Amino acid sequence: MSVTRRAAVAATLGLALAMSAGAQAADSIKIAFIDPLSGPFATTGESGLRSFEFAADVLVNHKGGVLGGRMFEIVPLDNKISPKESLIQLKRAISDGIQYIVQGNSSGVANALTDAVEKHNKRNPDQRMLFLNYSAVDPALTNEKCNFWHFRFDANADIKMDALTDAIAEDQGIKKVYIIGQDYSFGKAVAAAAVDMLAEKRPDIEIVGNELHPIGKVKDFTPYATKIKSSGAQAVITGNWGADMVGLGKAIIEAGVDAPIYTYYGAHDGITATFGELGEGIIRSIREGTLNPPTPEFKALNDAFKAKYPDNDINQPRIFNTIAMLAMAIEKAGTTDPVKVAYALEGMEYDTIMGGKVWMRPSDHQAIQDVHISVHTNKDIVVDADNSGYGLKDEKTVTMAGKDSPTSCEMTRPDA
Amino acid sequence: MTELVIFSLLNGLVTGLLLFMLSSGLTLIFSMMGVLNFAHASFYMLGAYFAYTISSYIGFWPGLIVAPLLVGLAGALVERYGLRHVHRHGHVAELIFTFGLAFLIEEIVQFFWGRATKDYSEPELLHFPLFTLYGQNFPAYKAFMILISIGIFIGLFTVLSRSRIGLIIQAAITHPHTVSNLGHNVPLVFMGVFGVGSALAGLAGVIAGPALGTFPGMAFVLGSIVFVVIVVGGLGSLPGAFVASLLIGWLQTFAIALDWSVNDLLDILGVSFDADHVLRDLWTLSLPQVAPILPYILLILILIFRPTGLMGKRET
Repeated sequence: MSVTRRAAVAATLGLALAMSAGAQAADSIKIAFIDPLSGPFATTGESGLRSFEFAADVLVNHKGGVLGGRMFEIVPLDNKISPKESLIQLKRAISDGIQYIVQGNSSGVANALTDAVEKHNKRNPDQRMLFLNYSAVDPALTNEKCNFWHFRFDANADIKMDALTDAIAEDQGIKKVYIIGQDYSFGKAVAAAAVDMLAEKRPDIEIVGNELHPIGKVKDFTPYATKIKSSGAQAVITGNWGADMVGLGKAIIEAGVDAPIYTYYGAHDGITATFGELGEGIIRSIREGTLNPPTPEFKALNDAFKAKYPDNDINQPRIFNTIAMLAMAIEKAGTTDPVKVAYALEGMEYDTIMGGKVWMRPSDHQAIQDVHISVHTNKDIVVDADNSGYGLKDEKTVTMAGKDSPTSCEMTRPDA
Repeated sequence: MTELVIFSLLNGLVTGLLLFMLSSGLTLIFSMMGVLNFAHASFYMLGAYFAYTISSYIGFWPGLIVAPLLVGLAGALVERYGLRHVHRHGHVAELIFTFGLAFLIEEIVQFFWGRATKDYSEPELLHFPLFTLYGQNFPAYKAFMILISIGIFIGLFTVLSRSRIGLIIQAAITHPHTVSNLGHNVPLVFMGVFGVGSALAGLAGVIAGPALGTFPGMAFVLGSIVFVVIVVGGLGSLPGAFVASLLIGWLQTFAIALDWSVNDLLDILGVSFDADHVLRDLWTLSLPQVAPILPYILLILILIFRPTGLMGKRET
C-alpha cells in the first residue's frame, strides 16, 4: 500500500515539477555518438552504438532517468572515420543544442574533435559541451593536447603497454621479443612504447624484430610469420586489429611459433571465433573490464544484452562506465550544465559492473582503472565471444593501472 | 638463413599458385573478350563465402566442389544477362560495368554475411603440420593448396592444348571474328570462358579463405595484384600467367623475408652518409617496407620495356 502511495505522490510531484519547469525539463538528454557507421570500420562503430543505446536504456532510462525523469537519448552521427566529417557532425550536434558527445574510433578523429570542442566552448560560453572519449587511446589526448572538456574512459596506450610489458618482464623465460604492427600512427606508437618500456624493465630482453606492414593490404602473413619463427621470438607484441589481426595471428600459430601473442584488439567481432582452438592459450589481450570470471551483475547484464542482440557481445565495458559515470555526474551536479557536470566527473570514483573501480583522475581527465591481461581459451568461460565457446579469461590484473603515471597536462579550468 | 630461404620458397610457391588460379581465368577473359574484368577478384571472394556457408552445413569437401560451381554459374549468368548487353556499347562500358559489379558484390557480401571476419577454417583432416624443418611448421593445408593449383594448371593446359574446345578458345583469343565466321558460336564460348574463369576464381577463394581469412576486404587486397600478373605474363598466355604468378609470389615473400636496406647496399659500395642527412629516410628504406610496391614497379618496367609481357604475343 505504502509503495503505491509513495509512487502516487512521486508521480504527482513529478508532474507538478514537469509542469512548473515547462517542456524543457521533460526533454531527453541528448548524447551525440560520432563514429563510423558506414565504410570499412562500420562494424566497430555499430558495435559501439549498440552498446551505448543498451547502456543508456538499462543503466539510466529503465531506472527512471536522471534529474527526476530525464532520459538519455543517443543520437548517432556517422563520421565515416574521417576527422573532416566528424567536424561537420559536431556542427550538427551543436546546432541541435547537444551538450555531450561521445567518440572512440581513431585517435586522429579524437584529436580533431578535442580541438574543435575547446574552440567552440571558448567562443560560446553559453553553449558549452563535453567530449567523452570512450576508446581513442593516443596518450597525447591526456597529455600535451589535454583540455578541461575532454574525458577519456579507456586506459591510454601507454598505460596498457605498461601493464603488458610488466607481464612480459615477470616471465624470466622470455629473452626475445618480436614487435609487429600496422604502418600508421597507432602501430608506430605501440612499437615505440614497447621498445622503451622493455629496455627499462628488462634490459636483457632482445628486440629481435620491429616491423611495420601496410595496413589492410597484406594478403598473406605467412612470410612475416616465417621471419618471426626464425628470429626465435619468445613473445610477440602487436597492435593489429580487424583482418590484419586475424591474418597475422593465424599465420604465426600455423608456422609453429610457440610464443604468447600479446594484442590490443585480438578478440570479438569475429576474431575470437576465427582463432577458435588454434589460439587457445596463445592469444592474449590487454583490456579493461573483467569478462571471465564475470561478476553476477555483469552476467545478468550480458544475459540481457544477449537476449536483445544474440549475435553480438559486450566487448567495450568502458561504454557502460561512460554512461553510468555521466549519469552520476549529472545527478551530482543537479544540472546538465557541462561545466558543473565536468567538475562532478573530476575525481569521481565508480564501482563498475565488471568489478573494480574507475577513478577519473582530475589532473588530466584520464580514467584510472584495473587493466587485465586476459587469455583466449575455452576453459572456465562463462561469457564467451562470437558465440564460439571461446572467450577471454583474466590471467593477470594490474589494479588501478597508471595511477601515478606522469602527465604533462596543464589545463585551464573555467569558473564553476 | 637457409631456413628463411626454404620457407620463403615454399610460401612464395603457395602465393604464386594461388595467384595463378585467379589470373588464368582473368587472362583468358581479357584476351578473348577484351574486358578487363575488375570483378574477377570479387568472384574469388564469393567462392570463399559460398564455401564458408556450405561448409557449415555439409562440411569442407562438398563445399570445395559445390562453391566453385555456384560461382561459375553466377559468372556465366553475369556474362549472359549483363556483360553481353553492355558489350554492344564498347569496351569502356564493359570496363565500367565490371567496376560497378565489383562494388555490388562487395556490398552484397557485407549485406548477407556482415563485415566481421568469418571463421571459415581448414578441414580437420588437413589440420596438422606436414613437416617441421628448423622447428618451423609447414601446414598440410598449404601443401593441399599447392596440389590443387598444380592440378588446375595441368588440367587447364591439357584442355586448351589437346581438346577441340581448347582449339576454338585459342583461336578465339587471337582471331575472334574468323572463328565466328567459321560458324562457331562465339557468344557461347565467351559465356563458357567467363563461367569457367569465374569458377576458377571461386575455387581459389574456396581454398584461400581458410588460409588468408574470409572478410569483405579479401577481394580488394588481391584484386590489383592479379592485373599485374596478367600484364607481366603476357595477355592470353597461360604459361606466361603461370611464370608471372610464381615470379610475383616469390618477389613478395623474399622481399619481406630479407631485411636488406639501401644502407647495406651503400656499405658494400663503400659509401656512407651522415645520420642526419636530408635524404636519410631514403637510406634507411628496407626491403620489407617496399615489398608491397615491388610488383607495381615490375608492372611499369614491363610496360615500358616489353609491352607484350614475358610470354605474350599481343601488345598490351
